[in-house]
Amino acid sequence: MTQLPAQSKKKLGLVIDLDTCVGCHGCVTSCKGWNTQNYGEPLSDIDAYGADPSGTFLNRVFSYEVEAPNKPAQTVHFPKSCLHCEDAPCVTVCPTGASYKREEDGIVLVNEDRCMGCGLCAWACPYGARELDFMSGIMKKCTLCVDRIYNENIPEEDRVPACVRTCPSNARHFGDLGDPDSDVSKLVAERGGIDLMPEQGTKPVNKYLPPRLKDTLDSAPPKPLESVSEEPKGWLGWLDRALEALPGSNGKAEDK
Amino acid sequence: MHPAPSVIIFTSLSGLGFGLFAWLGLGIPDVYGWSSFAVFFIAYALSVGGLLASVFHLANKKNVIYSFSQWRTSWLSREGVMAVITLLTFAPFAIGRIFLGIDLAIFGYVGSILALITVFVTSMIYTQLKAVPRWNMPLTPVLFLLYAVSGGALMTGEQRVAGFLIAILTLVQIAAWVLGDARFTGSGTDKGSATGLGGLGKVRVFESAHTSRNYILDEMVHVIGRRHATKLRTIAALTIGLFPVVLLLMLPVGHVTSLTALASHIVGVFISRWLFFAEAEHVVGLYYSRG
Ligand code: SF4
Ligand code: SF4
Ligand code: SF4
Repeated sequence: MTQLPAQSKKKLGLVIDLDTCVGCHGCVTSCKGWNTQNYGEPLSDIDAYGADPSGTFLNRVFSYEVEAPNKPAQTVHFPKSCLHCEDAPCVTVCPTGASYKREEDGIVLVNEDRCMGCGLCAWACPYGARELDFMSGIMKKCTLCVDRIYNENIPEEDRVPACVRTCPSNARHFGDLGDPDSDVSKLVAERGGIDLMPEQGTKPVNKYLPPRLKDTLDSAPPKPLESVSEEPKGWLGWLDRALEALPGSNGKAEDK
Repeated sequence: MHPAPSVIIFTSLSGLGFGLFAWLGLGIPDVYGWSSFAVFFIAYALSVGGLLASVFHLANKKNVIYSFSQWRTSWLSREGVMAVITLLTFAPFAIGRIFLGIDLAIFGYVGSILALITVFVTSMIYTQLKAVPRWNMPLTPVLFLLYAVSGGALMTGEQRVAGFLIAILTLVQIAAWVLGDARFTGSGTDKGSATGLGGLGKVRVFESAHTSRNYILDEMVHVIGRRHATKLRTIAALTIGLFPVVLLLMLPVGHVTSLTALASHIVGVFISRWLFFAEAEHVVGLYYSRG
């Protein structure tokens, strides 16, 4: 049913720490692994070892450079997966009822038995969080690892999303953002967690923690070292110029 | 957005088809028998052909039947439902005129209104998308409706009416291009809000998440051909509008004039529909673009 639930009390989602993410793409790989070997159509790769490989992923890591005037540039690694929006435009546009938002925990899912691969939900998502799988023709998106988090067949410590379990720098946190006393909610409050594209009106559940402010230099930077090299003179100078003139040296004979 | 032939053909042909239906339902042209068969054949061929083209866009066609189920929220679902209802409403009207020589006018009038609603609903599939600011404006449905009724008028041979409507259409199309150009910046979405890093300084892409193409890039970050946009807009304005208007309003009424104008207009419709998709920028492009 593509009507959004009035309000899910429980809002399961991720909190992603842009300060600690090191851009290792570990979550990308573990997400692809889990979601290819478990629920639903596998995430296919096309021409994986060829000249023009491409494939379906539910989570991808970008890297951005941020520069403020008179400050050193800063690199920020930026993982991006479905934000399980409260006002999910991808759900309401779906003509088949394949896309839905669960009332019990707010997870946005695709029912693969109903999806007709029209792609309209991917057009409606401002974040690029949905990819149509080329092989199966079915829309794929982050499931919040719904087949792990409630899975009693796996050890308790594994009952979190694969990406969260894998992250070596602990940059991904999973929990109930609808509960103000949950660890994730406290983390968001403490670190000033933000929404992506709030003006799009999607009300994302996932939050991003902005990078902590960098130190600034409290004194003028040291002067660069003086050059100690000298132009060779006399016989050495002659040798240097002679060698320079031979083909194959720097600057010359480059025109092959 | 990727200007896929299937969606260009779908919106262009079904728009023309339902536009023609809107006139036929009013009894314009007021024909029976074989002539009536000819006009209804064209109307059904265009609208059904357009709908079939849209099915080619689907990656998992076997589930297409479910697409009639979510009319409560989905404009795409409503589109399918409305198209079928409209085509069915016209059936008794067409049969009456073709085979029985009678005018079941009530089906015609209701059908005309339904045909216009169908075109409106089609336009809303695009207009509703906030993530594509260029489409997300009230002028988009106006434009789709004008394309439908003026193309329809042209096909019914209502030369002067068509000329007048096409003149308005051309002006609205130009306005839509100009207003559309300002929509993306006007939406307030930029690299800063997309990454949430805007408060820290100027955001640039350092490394994309992937080096090869993917569905998102293919479908939503289409940039090829945008640099020819101005040229294509000029050609479109001439072929949809200026040339047909001159023919229709300044030359004596006649089949040759109408057909020449129609040929030119249809070429223009396809070019402008190509531009409608190719020029539409999706906000997801912000995650990828430099600068
Ligand atoms: S991030 Fe995109 S796919 Fe996920 S719920 Fe929001 S709009 Fe839908
Ligand atoms: S691609 Fe599938 S899930 Fe997405 S809108 Fe179409 S039918 Fe619904
Ligand atoms: S929650 Fe699961 S499906 Fe979603 S990004 Fe993480 S690993 Fe992938």
